[in-house]
Amino acid sequence: MTTTVENAVCTFCGCLCDDIRVEIENDRIVKAKRACANGRGMFMDYDPTPRKPRVAGKAVSWKQAVKACARILDDAESPLIYGLSSTSTEAQKKTVALADRIGAMIDTTSSVCHGPTGLAMQALGEATCTLGEVANRADLVIFWGCNPAEAHMRHFSRYSLTPKGRLVPEGRKDRTVWGVDVRPTKTSRMVDHFIQIDPGSDYEVLTTLRAMLKGYRIEAEQIGGVPLTQLTELAHAMKTCRFGAVCMGMGLTMTRGRDLNVRELFALVADLNSQTRFSVVPMRGHSNVAGADQVMTWQTGYPFAVSFAKGYPVYGPGEFTAVDVLARKEADAALIIASDPAAHFPRKAAAYLETIPTIVLDPEENLTARTAEIFLPTACAGIDASGTFYRMDNISIHAQAVVASGRPTDQDILQDIMEAMQT
Amino acid sequence: MIGIINGRVYDPCNGIDGKVRDIWVKDGRIVSPAEVDRSAADIIDADGMVVMPGGVDIHSHIAGGKVNAGRKMRPDDSRGHERPSRELSQSPRVYTRSGTGRSVASTFKTAYDYVEMGYTTVMEGASPPLMARHTHEEFEDIPILDKGGYILMGNNHFIMDCIRRNEKEKARDYVAWLLGATKGFGIKIVNPGGVENFKYKQNVTDLDDKVIGFDVTPRRILETLSWINDELGLPHVPHIHGLNLGLNGNADITAETLIAMTGREAHFTHLQFMSYGGEMGKPVRSAAEVTARVVNANPNITVDVGQVVFGDTTTMTADGPVQYRLHALTGNKWFNDDVEAETGGGVTPCVYRKSNPFNAVQWLVGLELFLLIEDPWRVYLTTDHPNGGPFTCYPQVIRMLMDRDFRMQAFEGISKLARKNALLPELDREYSLYEIAIITRAGTAKRIGLDWKGHLGVGADADITVYADMEDREAMFARPRYVFKDGVLVARDGQIVCERPGQTVYVSPDYDTAIEKEVRRHIEDNYTIAFEHYAVSEKELSNGRQVACKP
Repeated sequence: MTTTVENAVCTFCGCLCDDIRVEIENDRIVKAKRACANGRGMFMDYDPTPRKPRVAGKAVSWKQAVKACARILDDAESPLIYGLSSTSTEAQKKTVALADRIGAMIDTTSSVCHGPTGLAMQALGEATCTLGEVANRADLVIFWGCNPAEAHMRHFSRYSLTPKGRLVPEGRKDRTVWGVDVRPTKTSRMVDHFIQIDPGSDYEVLTTLRAMLKGYRIEAEQIGGVPLTQLTELAHAMKTCRFGAVCMGMGLTMTRGRDLNVRELFALVADLNSQTRFSVVPMRGHSNVAGADQVMTWQTGYPFAVSFAKGYPVYGPGEFTAVDVLARKEADAALIIASDPAAHFPRKAAAYLETIPTIVLDPEENLTARTAEIFLPTACAGIDASGTFYRMDNISIHAQAVVASGRPTDQDILQDIMEAMQT
Repeated sequence: MIGIINGRVYDPCNGIDGKVRDIWVKDGRIVSPAEVDRSAADIIDADGMVVMPGGVDIHSHIAGGKVNAGRKMRPDDSRGHERPSRELSQSPRVYTRSGTGRSVASTFKTAYDYVEMGYTTVMEGASPPLMARHTHEEFEDIPILDKGGYILMGNNHFIMDCIRRNEKEKARDYVAWLLGATKGFGIKIVNPGGVENFKYKQNVTDLDDKVIGFDVTPRRILETLSWINDELGLPHVPHIHGLNLGLNGNADITAETLIAMTGREAHFTHLQFMSYGGEMGKPVRSAAEVTARVVNANPNITVDVGQVVFGDTTTMTADGPVQYRLHALTGNKWFNDDVEAETGGGVTPCVYRKSNPFNAVQWLVGLELFLLIEDPWRVYLTTDHPNGGPFTCYPQVIRMLMDRDFRMQAFEGISKLARKNALLPELDREYSLYEIAIITRAGTAKRIGLDWKGHLGVGADADITVYADMEDREAMFARPRYVFKDGVLVARDGQIVCERPGQTVYVSPDYDTAIEKEVRRHIEDNYTIAFEHYAVSEKELSNGRQVACKP
């Protein structure tokens, strides 16, 4: 028998598409209509069958696993908690509570994606808007260092390129679209004007645009490999639009200059608001990485890279960011939740992680789980667990589970671990 | 069961002005002595102490998108303002949560700071409907305190479309739906039409200016929402932040707005920011007399002050153009968030300096309003936290109001330019403890519409604060001896001793369900989330309390 769920929320990426029609047969999802390839993969590849937790290579009961987790955390002097970006805020809240209780260092995947965007925000602020403002108003959209055509596949149709809105009734026809990147991408093929800049020259190009908009004469004939005439055109488009939006991604945050690149973009957007209205839209990757920022911030005052070792939150990007903590071999135990650092961290950090007692909470046995001391196969928030998620523009949506769960949620297990602990 | 005996009780709702009375508590409520078995009761001897209902804040920014953007943007506000986690009991193990922050404190710290100051109920001043879920998520992490949120409606597309088409009944049904969907408590209006116009880099400056694309005026938005508020019988009244906030000469438009509401019930928030004289480009001066006069003459109007306190703080409002202007003026960092089809808003840090003539005048305006508005039941203590300063400065403001010498000492320290021709030295009024109890709990609870709070009569929630009676009123109000919430001792000598959840109050007015079809279409056409995902369900509130409407 097939059951259908309308308006399911896809918790794969920061778009949080909430119009998915899911078909279920025998507790497995067999169709995910309207979902993109990434979303379809998430819905259809997931097997919600309950699995036993694994401790030191052996399958054990949940009770035994929870006890083993409590022991590791009780014994740890300097535990690290990391991840959070693909689980619900309910689980994130519980995770920060655990970190507070045990005096852990806690960091989220922000530190390896849009952490620099957060630092730029702390330096300058951020002029932003919800995605509906882009859909309803934006007559100029710029994609800078991001490739939604492959990473946020429905961003174009739902938010930024084709939607028709009150002020853009003709949708795509009413928008001028620019792309800036170091190489042609699938996204660059969708824009009206593409500027290919030299790798590592984002900062220079952005500064040049700021200078142009402030009326300075630029003498160089090209900047970052771009003829000045092209930048003049872009600057003109920026100041003459009615409502502009620049969607920015890891092409800015994870290349040379990092937070300085983003700062320059944020400064440019703030400057533009003296002439027209302009917003920046950070293209957050994982489904609830924006929620991780939010929960960390309302509970601790800081978005990521926090240590509770002193009994209260201390902020230290570069100091308490997970890659740095691991590379310096400062953590003596780790709890990884809803992320896969072994697959994404630099080799040195990932190699050290293998040497310390590690607990992994994840719906899938990912690379980190395979070498971890303890693997806890929890429910997948958005599929067999309900929970709240924050879209890339910080609008929160409650995702109802679409299949029955035989698995415990992250927050249930974290609560059990806290109750089992001695300290 | 608890008895608080021998204390001098200030319970203005019941006309008790400093009489020695015993207060009895059972099952979280105030009860009559007959209901209590004294031998089984815990007795607090409050001999020589002052007993009041728990403090009730009518307007503060403590939770939601803007507040959290402020926290994130200001690690400098967190550093040096840390609160460690503390063990409350060993078995079972209970800890307070740690936190940071002064003007934009983390959620748990916000709760503890308020409670340790004797406050037990706080209303969040401005939540965009689309971000109500976020506000409620933070409420869940603000323990002990009871809270509720006002929902921003002054720039809402659906409402403005209805007004243009003269369909006020439809707007009424929508507002009822929206309050239920957001689990909000009341109607908030911020710079009606001006926030929408800011999306075109413009604003409104007059009640009859046009809202771009809607052909409606601020005046009609105010009138319609006020009519809707009445029709729905909401517990609170329209909560209004008017036009031209922070601008020289805005007292005239404020007075005009107050007069436009003649005959209607309305609350004007942070009146201090709306009561300036002078012209643009010329020195600002206080026009507290202008707005206070109108308030005094209109008994259906209440205000909270939004007192400025000198020092560093974070300003935040749904009034997007205000925050942009402040950023352009100061060069301080600036956060802005335009919210689809509803509203906008911004955040900018700010330092109020005694030596700065503008800031000094702002400080004067607030105090003058407190002293010129005659009826304490109609003027309430706020700093528009954190806009005028952090709520932790309330005790300082209380002392300013109760102690003229202290006030004048502070006056001597402000900018000479601001002192020139100032009215403040002529105002001899000193608030009594009874009046303080009105402006900080009795009056606010009544005006919010929380009849079971703000007093110590039988049946009221046993939210009680006991103060040592000290000559230094700042010290007295900063650190109460005992704070009870729902009859449970939650703070002693200014320190949390018990952690428990607080309630979230909300309304869910009745409406003609025919509106849902139109709302669905409106959301499908104008929003990027599905109709099904818009509403916050009751299940998402772990401790919600629906308050009845009286249409």
